[in-house]
Amino acid sequence: MNTFLQHLLNGIATGSIYALLALGYTMVYGVLKLINFAHSEIFMVGAFTGYYAAHALGLASNPSLLGAATVMLISMTVCGLLGFLNERIAYRPLRTAPRITSLITAMGVSLFLQYGGQMVFGPDPKFFPQVFPKSNLQLGGVVTTNYQLFVVAVAIALMAGLQWIVYRTRFGKAMRAVSHNFEMASLMGIPTDRIISMTFVLGSVLAAAAGNLYGLVYPRIDPLMGVFPGLKAFVAAVLGGIGNVPGAMLGGMLIGLVEEYAVAIDPWAWGALHVHVGRFKDAIVFAILVAILVFRPSGLLGRYEPEKV
Amino acid sequence: MTPKRPSLPTAQPPRREGPGPLALSAIALVALAAVASGCGGGGDRSGGAAASEVVVGEYGSLTGQTAAFGSQTHRGIELAVDEINAAGGVKGRTFRLVTEDDQSKQEEAATVVRKLISRDKVIALLGEVASSCSLAAAPIAQEAKVPMISPSSTNPKVTLVGDYIFRVCFLDDFQGHAMARFCFNTLGARKAAILRDIRQDYSVGLANFFAEEFARLGGQVASDQSYSSGDSDFKAQLTAIRAAGADVLFVPGYYNDVGQIAIQARDLGLTIPLTGGDGWESPTLLAIGGKALEGCYYSNHFDPSSSDPTVANFFRKYSDRYHEAPGALAALGYDSAKLLADAMTRATDITGPAIRGELAATKGWAGVSGLITMDQNRNPVKPLVVLQIQDGKISLRETIQPF
Amino acid sequence: MARRLALGALLIGCAALLDALLPRLLDPYMFQILIYIGINITLAVSLNLVNGITGQFSIGHAGFMAIGAYVSAYITYFFGPGLATATPSGGPPPGIAGEFVLFGALLAGGLAAAGAGWVVGLPSLRLKGDYLAIVTLGFGEIIRVLILNIETVGGARGFAGVPPLQKFSPVRGFFWVFLLAVATVIVSVRLVNSSYGRAMLAVREDEVAAEASGVNTTQTKVGAFVVGAFFAGMAGGLLGHYLQYLNPAMFTFVKSFEILIMVVLGGMGSITGSVLAAAIMTILPEALRGVKDYTPHNIDPRMVLFSLLLIVLMLTRPTGLLGHREIWDVVPWRRRRHPAGPNSGGAA
Repeated sequence: MNTFLQHLLNGIATGSIYALLALGYTMVYGVLKLINFAHSEIFMVGAFTGYYAAHALGLASNPSLLGAATVMLISMTVCGLLGFLNERIAYRPLRTAPRITSLITAMGVSLFLQYGGQMVFGPDPKFFPQVFPKSNLQLGGVVTTNYQLFVVAVAIALMAGLQWIVYRTRFGKAMRAVSHNFEMASLMGIPTDRIISMTFVLGSVLAAAAGNLYGLVYPRIDPLMGVFPGLKAFVAAVLGGIGNVPGAMLGGMLIGLVEEYAVAIDPWAWGALHVHVGRFKDAIVFAILVAILVFRPSGLLGRYEPEKV
Repeated sequence: MTPKRPSLPTAQPPRREGPGPLALSAIALVALAAVASGCGGGGDRSGGAAASEVVVGEYGSLTGQTAAFGSQTHRGIELAVDEINAAGGVKGRTFRLVTEDDQSKQEEAATVVRKLISRDKVIALLGEVASSCSLAAAPIAQEAKVPMISPSSTNPKVTLVGDYIFRVCFLDDFQGHAMARFCFNTLGARKAAILRDIRQDYSVGLANFFAEEFARLGGQVASDQSYSSGDSDFKAQLTAIRAAGADVLFVPGYYNDVGQIAIQARDLGLTIPLTGGDGWESPTLLAIGGKALEGCYYSNHFDPSSSDPTVANFFRKYSDRYHEAPGALAALGYDSAKLLADAMTRATDITGPAIRGELAATKGWAGVSGLITMDQNRNPVKPLVVLQIQDGKISLRETIQPF
Repeated sequence: MARRLALGALLIGCAALLDALLPRLLDPYMFQILIYIGINITLAVSLNLVNGITGQFSIGHAGFMAIGAYVSAYITYFFGPGLATATPSGGPPPGIAGEFVLFGALLAGGLAAAGAGWVVGLPSLRLKGDYLAIVTLGFGEIIRVLILNIETVGGARGFAGVPPLQKFSPVRGFFWVFLLAVATVIVSVRLVNSSYGRAMLAVREDEVAAEASGVNTTQTKVGAFVVGAFFAGMAGGLLGHYLQYLNPAMFTFVKSFEILIMVVLGGMGSITGSVLAAAIMTILPEALRGVKDYTPHNIDPRMVLFSLLLIVLMLTRPTGLLGHREIWDVVPWRRRRHPAGPNSGGAA
């Protein structure tokens, strides 16, 4: 039982980070019907900005919770700006172009940031400092650190904040309107361009937070770190129903748990089926993606939208 | 609804029939001939050695995934080359090193080795650290009869490619078996857990060799988990290992993963010692792993703190020049270059086959990483050292002779 | 029919001639570049069939390459009589019979890849644009992870000792690469100009209208995947035998992306465009090899430049070099066929 709970906690912690990332994908897809491949690189930039900010503020030798919060805010600002620029420069000119063009551009931006990042930051991994003091905790039979709890807490707080923005503010209403029907929204007087920009900014801010949280629990960061978490977060967004905000959160958690338990049942799977299931955990996540898209493309919480001819 | 998007430019008008296959191949021929004549001449012009030099090629991963390893090896080789030239070169000729970066990719390794051989006309090759790159390049060197010395590829298959391929490090089977014996005999472990890097041939090989020897000695492998290098989260695997109740955890991965694994293991309350192979070797291992690595052990090619004059000398010269402590990779790089120069000096003339012959005949050559004698598969018979991490410092625990 | 046979024989003759001559004219480094160009041409043209001509956005092409490579290598390594290079210098080449073994192995690899293409093509029935892209990406990764875990073919260690091309016969490998590239181009051109090609173009332009007009979109789309995968598989097989080494790390998403760039650069839908772009994209990194010494951290600028190229291309000239046209639409070909009237094909 203890082991089960331990795995549960691990899965939820990782899942929260995926959830934060997935939110960015899902919001952008909702308003633009575009898969923003570059989102995973915003996540990476968030982690690196946090790294440099932490060192600039001398947090490695002087860890504090306030410092951690400051670092995160700095990252969020930088990434928000980056997301804004990304949209303006690379996506807005292509809004009326065929969708394939924007997709390819998104891929191009993603790769540009990855390899450009290698040039700017250097290809060697860097190690995120411990920005506030770390301590081990024992909750019953489950061993964890305050970092893991911090991650879950911050992620939940941010997600709650996003829910509030999306469902309780005018901006959120406008965002939902744009994702329902772009033309009607603009006809209703909603400044669609601005809304879209804000959506990107919001998504990027969450990605920056995710990057910092990731850096906390998995200190090794390098310019290519966004690729796999980004892909998995995207799978999570699709799983939950792309365009659906609560869906992305649910999807993120589920993917985190699937990854965790794939490894957990490995000894049993090896004994029963002679397959090291744990080694295929990446393939399992992609297989989930394929299965969802084939059997239930609207995802778990999405609505089935018939295609109008 | 999203903004209205047109599809790609509209359908084409009725097409003219294109040229038939005859014309197509004619186009292809012409194009190729153009490329060929444009570039073909270049082949003879560049590269080649002046009579007063000996050109040796080095290929390594100076960028990419394993950039840290390639760069360190390169520094060791560079140091050796400068010393060789300062001492008068090889038979009076300057030892010129041409270095190419393979970006940690196998395809690139093959490309740059071909370039080194055909364009730069190197007489011998040094490289690579990663066995996968060595395996990609070795057939090319073998075919061109260019002797190749790998400083640190530990996969047994590398030297089996041909009789022109050598190495100066021990093999994974010896390393894995030795660490199994260490865990069983010295640490007294009876139940071992393994956490292998499924993406690295090196790690998988070592894990297999460890497991087979540990079982042969009478121990039990209680848990065999895996991760992919580049993964950040090992908690799932470590939780499963914790549940299996092992006495020791064998982690035959690379240092940057190992550091994190150790930290996460301690975070989960796993207190058993971690053991590993020479992939742990790095000046930054302790910086990454910190206190989590206390009481852990790993095998290596040489003991950097040894008071043996050869080792101490090398250590001093390297640290003076590069302002960092040399790791095993630097030592092996250094040894590979020095051994090559020595073989060239012993050889009757500086040609591929003669150098090869002398390399194969190497006996008791004193390198920084130990005494090297080549066996019939062109692998050196050398001892292995087990290093321990105690009080934040690395020190020698045991030396294991070849068995 | 006799004409076709004669042409075929002529082609094979050309291939053999080039294969014998070129190694004498060029140094091995240049020769290697030509081999890579040939392989890339095959890859680009085969991807173009799926992406450009049928309009399906597939970014998992490297997965098909991998399957073809591993299957053909498996066959030649384990079943090629005495051909494995695990031990040095294994006897004289077995002559023409060896050629058939190699061809058979490559064909098997291609067919296995085609099978995978069929499997990937099936879900494509329901998916459009972005989703399809992600699914193909997912499949590519799944294939890679699966191969990574199969110990018989080396897994993470890589598959070493794949018999080299020249073990099979006197030809040095260019023979096969050339023939495959030419075959891919010919098949593509023929296909596009046939009724199947019309169906593929119709699916690209407006799938619903095509379906309503009686085109079997299912068959068309899956067919495109299968043919594209077949050639990619054979190209992968050739690559494996040329390098004598295979590793799953050679077939990641980045590889798929490189092939995609070739197709996009050349113009999606243009076969000759893909050929041109493949050649350019193979030569360019080699030509830029020296630039690395001047970049920060000495990183190879290849990927940065390619991605920048892609972004700029999409923003300024999304149709690529040749757009939808073939080279003979741009360069006046047989004037006598079209005395007057529009002589440019399609909008730019």
